[in-house]
Amino acid sequence: MREPSTLVDKLWSAHEITRREDGAALLWVDRHFVHEGSFHAFSHMKARGRSIAEPGLTFAVADHYVPTRGREQGIANPEIAAMVRNLETNTSESGITLFGLRDPRQGIVHVVGPEQGLTLPGLLIVCGDSHTSTHGAFGAYAFGIGASEVAHVLMTQTLWQKKPKRMRVNVGGKAIVGVGAKDIALAIIASIGADGAQGHAIEFAGSAIAALSMEGRMTLCNMSIEAGGRCGMVAPDETTFAYLKDRPYAPKGATFEQALEVWSAQVSDPGAAFDRETTLDAGAIAPIVTWGTTPDDALPIDAYAPDPAREPDPVWAKYLREALDYMGIPPGKKLTEIAIDRVFIGSCTNARIEDLRAAAAVLAGRVAKVPGLVSPGSSMVKQQAEAEGLSKIFRDAGLEWADSGCSMCVGINGDIVASGERCASTTNRNFRGRQGPGARTHLMSPAMVAAAAVSGHLADVRPLLAGRAL
Amino acid sequence: MEKFVRLTAKACPLALPNLNTDQILPARYLKWPRSAGLGRVLFQDLRYDTDGNERSDFPLNRQVWRDAKILVAGRNFGGGSSREAAVYALYDAGIRCVIAASFGDIFAQNAVKNGLLTAILPEADAAEVATAIAGDPDQLVSVDLERQTILRGNHIYPFAVDPVSRNQLLNGWDDIDLTESNRDRISAFRSEDLKRRPWALPAKA
Repeated sequence: MREPSTLVDKLWSAHEITRREDGAALLWVDRHFVHEGSFHAFSHMKARGRSIAEPGLTFAVADHYVPTRGREQGIANPEIAAMVRNLETNTSESGITLFGLRDPRQGIVHVVGPEQGLTLPGLLIVCGDSHTSTHGAFGAYAFGIGASEVAHVLMTQTLWQKKPKRMRVNVGGKAIVGVGAKDIALAIIASIGADGAQGHAIEFAGSAIAALSMEGRMTLCNMSIEAGGRCGMVAPDETTFAYLKDRPYAPKGATFEQALEVWSAQVSDPGAAFDRETTLDAGAIAPIVTWGTTPDDALPIDAYAPDPAREPDPVWAKYLREALDYMGIPPGKKLTEIAIDRVFIGSCTNARIEDLRAAAAVLAGRVAKVPGLVSPGSSMVKQQAEAEGLSKIFRDAGLEWADSGCSMCVGINGDIVASGERCASTTNRNFRGRQGPGARTHLMSPAMVAAAAVSGHLADVRPLLAGRAL
Repeated sequence: MEKFVRLTAKACPLALPNLNTDQILPARYLKWPRSAGLGRVLFQDLRYDTDGNERSDFPLNRQVWRDAKILVAGRNFGGGSSREAAVYALYDAGIRCVIAASFGDIFAQNAVKNGLLTAILPEADAAEVATAIAGDPDQLVSVDLERQTILRGNHIYPFAVDPVSRNQLLNGWDDIDLTESNRDRISAFRSEDLKRRPWALPAKA
């Protein structure tokens, strides 16, 4: 009888073309997403006098540099305009479909791929962006790569990879009201560390994962990289299949039926061996915020910032001191007493329709005490949010409703947090300077960002949800 | 790609944990082509204050380590973003080897494609090397990839490296050439796969 096998193993072996003696395998790539930042790779390819192998499997999105305000007037910054133009030229020369600045399907690559049905269970998906792990939510093997590998995929539609170890993260129980996928993700990262899953492909499993919507699973898999994981995935199920049905690029009719049969078997077999397993109880997770400069500097909202003076390990004490100093937080400060300067709702982590609904549920009928920006995950999400009246809720609360792009998550389109300012953010990285030089970032869920906005300080969303329809 | 076999050079201690790629190369420089000189802005926000003056306490700013070719870093070096320009910045600033207890997976993969060695030492050994060179900045450190050892004075530290990366660095292999030699295998896989997984194609393509 065949050995029980994990989802990771099944996906890997379906894509392995050949294997070298040293263990590196040549893998077939089903989908390749490129963006403005992929220009290095196009240059590599041209320098070798080569052309693209599979333009039909390559899709481009303008997201990292695009303006989120005043887009209709074109791009004012000449350097940024050149980045977007460069993508247009490279993709048209190579015959790649581009969801460009003025395309109604434009948005953040990790929102657009799934939305368009380009992301499917069983696929191997790469992109020159670390948050490509997002697509694993569909039971795909999806990971971020650098420019040399992007060039290799453009030229050959394949990649040399070493097989990662397999790790299963079991999240059992049921999350309480006010706790979402972002809180689960931050709880996992805090528990295993920002490098806890290094060298591993993670499978998320358990009742609390099965209960998540596709949007929630995408948030979770998106954050796999913040635990150091090579990729993250959730086995496909009825929730996945229902999401995919009738998406533009998803299979249709008899092909869809055939796919369903295959996809249903894309699960880890009972008894399959993992290199590592860890377990969490979703019911024990409270809403979480980060206080420091890596995503594992995360604590429940009712906690206090750490105090280096009480830390016995001198190396760790120094780390805590420097992180608190950068963040401008006194040691031992109660987290809910930390005042904020602005909020940001956006990014490939938390800007899908469900995220906007969760934030709007808190903001409805309330006014934000600080300024803030809401950048929907895609132009389609923007349209839907406007149709549902969510944009009006954001505007009435005093927040700015903008166009879609990576925006203030990485700050390279000009949407930045000023030096020394503190931002409650639905994004994925609280690294020093991530949202702009000197910017201070607190990561949390969209509902928690909304709670911080109406409170003017980090706040527990739970009391604000009392009596509200969710 | 340039081979890496062995290297004897000055080593600069940078013993901060979690130096992610946003610290190695801030995102605002990602628009730059490599020819713009990414080495100049390596560790920009750690190396310079907001007025653009060098921070005297940042090790790479010390005269003795300006020509260092080796960095001895804290654990989880190069985590975060997949930006390969972080590797370009290190390489173009003259760095050929980073020693640390652990590395971000994508960073390590990008490093090997560019001839930069990521050598993994146990945390205690990495800390010992960092402390020793901080105390005697002029001493040279030798990294031998064939033997997988780091030599400092009379001390020998065996280091770990992914065997695939080791192979590639020792031989200066180019991925594309290797892939080309498998052209027939790729086409055979492709035609078989189209029959096996017709649903895997984008519906409109």
